[in-house]
Amino acid sequence: MNTFVNELFSLLDRLLDHTMPHLIAVPILVPMLTAALMLLMGEQRRRAKSFLSVVSGLVGLVAALALLRWVNAPDTGGGPGSIGVYLPGNWPAPFGIVLVADRLSTLMVALTGVVAFAASIYSTSRWDRAGVHFHPLLQLQLMGLNGAFLTGDLFNLFVFFEVMLAASYGLLLHGSGQLRVRAGLHYIAINLAASSLFLIGAAMLYGVTGTLNFADLGARIAEVAPADRGLLHAAAAILATAFFAKAGAWPLNFWLVPAYSAAVSPVSAVFALLTKLGVYTLLRTWTLFFGTDAGASAQFGQVALLGLGMATLAVGAIGIVGTQRLSNLAGYCVLVSAGTLIAAVGLGQSAVWAGALYYLLSSTLAASALFLLIDMIERWRNAGQSIAPHESAGNAPFLSEDLQSFDDVNLDDEAQALYGRAIPAGVAFLGLSFVGCTLLMAGLPPLSGFVGKFAMLSGLLEQRPTSSGWLFLGLLLASGFLTLVALSRSGIRHFWTQTQASVPALRALEVLPVAVLLAACVALTVGAGPVMMHAQATAEGLAHPGDYRTAVMAARQRLGPTQKAGGE
Amino acid sequence: MEIVLAIAIGVLTGSGVYLLLRPRTFQVIMGLTLIAYAVNLFIFSVGRLKVDSEPVLVPGFKATLANTADPMPQALVLTAIVIGFAMTALFLVVMLASRGISDTDHVDGEEKDE
Repeated sequence: MNTFVNELFSLLDRLLDHTMPHLIAVPILVPMLTAALMLLMGEQRRRAKSFLSVVSGLVGLVAALALLRWVNAPDTGGGPGSIGVYLPGNWPAPFGIVLVADRLSTLMVALTGVVAFAASIYSTSRWDRAGVHFHPLLQLQLMGLNGAFLTGDLFNLFVFFEVMLAASYGLLLHGSGQLRVRAGLHYIAINLAASSLFLIGAAMLYGVTGTLNFADLGARIAEVAPADRGLLHAAAAILATAFFAKAGAWPLNFWLVPAYSAAVSPVSAVFALLTKLGVYTLLRTWTLFFGTDAGASAQFGQVALLGLGMATLAVGAIGIVGTQRLSNLAGYCVLVSAGTLIAAVGLGQSAVWAGALYYLLSSTLAASALFLLIDMIERWRNAGQSIAPHESAGNAPFLSEDLQSFDDVNLDDEAQALYGRAIPAGVAFLGLSFVGCTLLMAGLPPLSGFVGKFAMLSGLLEQRPTSSGWLFLGLLLASGFLTLVALSRSGIRHFWTQTQASVPALRALEVLPVAVLLAACVALTVGAGPVMMHAQATAEGLAHPGDYRTAVMAARQRLGPTQKAGGE
Repeated sequence: MEIVLAIAIGVLTGSGVYLLLRPRTFQVIMGLTLIAYAVNLFIFSVGRLKVDSEPVLVPGFKATLANTADPMPQALVLTAIVIGFAMTALFLVVMLASRGISDTDHVDGEEKDE
């Protein structure tokens, strides 16, 4: 085992030697080119497109792992700290656009790689046939996500947000049907409004500081004239509203559960990443702009982060016990994890951030696995129908309205219902995976959900917590308990009450991605030491944004073949 | 001049928000379009309003913001217009799909009882 790991590492090192710093652009370029290639291939050749999609996911994952290794290597030689800066247009910051691969970005890109890999495999079993252009849209979604994680300036963040959103609109509507179109309409409307807020905020920040580069903005915020500081804070608040809407913070999250539960399951699995993008942008911009060295603006907005995060956590926890439909349950789980993360960001202690980053990895993987799993469970329990009889009866809160059956949707291009081919021990797999997801979501030992929550709380208790710290602690434990109650109840209903004795028809291609995601969680648990060390180093970097600024501003142009050193 | 532009942006935003909160999909899309106009004007105005200055660098002028218009917001607004336009077109398609599936132009896909 150890020799295998060492072999893998030396392979990654050789890859890095040959490709840095260009490797930073690979997670954006590969999905983009794959999507273009798929569009050229036309409507047919489904097998080839599925293959391309999985290969692209794999390439992205390998690139992300190599980058992760690079940022953690002691002797990167690429400037201060371990921050890779890539100048795509070969203009120095802050004038040109920059891609920045620091510990936080590469961690998020690696997470995206794992989830996207699993979702693309899952989709090839049947869901990619429920409509057109599934794989190209998925690739564009990945391009937008990776771009948003890697970009180093505000306006490119906006552009990558829009790339990601445009793809997500298409993916949400994949499979069609009234529920999806209605959820899609609301989702698009709120995101267009949020994008307008994003633009207003970005423009105001430019007006006040004269730059859009994250690193440059961070350095200039301390020097803003007192007369302009109100405007600066207004700009930051407007910008944060857009990020809050994206992260699913209460009260801007009523679109989230209907949209996530209406989407086809591999899409929901990828959507679990979208709220994390919102959390990432909040964490990135807040630590860079309003860190302790931001002068009069230091820690601006902390109350909003804490308050909205804890409100989201509470709303999500209440929603979990209040709903009985499995896909809604997973949607509320996403809300709980978003709320936890936003509040943890707002606590502003690097020890809590380290735990939160670990929790982010674990909860995203678990939520994606849960979405995929629910698809299989529902198909099994409802004997091919999308809505179970006990759900359409409408005797539970949040269930009474609008549960039409999907009679005319989820058909492949020959208008046949999409079915699978059986693997043995289907019930055992579904049951055990559901137990695994429950443990991960509720944060019970022995899996990584527990390690994440424990790390957050132990970080919180290192210093004497404030009253909001105690409140966060209470809410976190209570939400874990409610999650456990709700998921156990659903598990009992679906696995232990025998209403029909059929064997679930599962395909290997459906089982594999869930197994991959859960195995990743197990690996997180087993390798908690190195992962926590990475998370702590990341949190330290966030608490001291000076390194990030120095690295970005120090990036120099590379001379072209016709240029001489020192000349034009 | 500033006050005229500010009022224009304010009126556009106000009307846009009002329409955005209406129950018909057509009203919503008009509202989003008006907000997009307001946002574009707003981005344009953060480069400071200036009359009779050179839009691009010409020989003889010193290339500072005192002599020329700030090109950055113009570049931003161009991108914002393109993206906003594309997204509105996409929203229009979804709106038509919703109308076709549900036979109503209510945003919830069904008429609410009065």
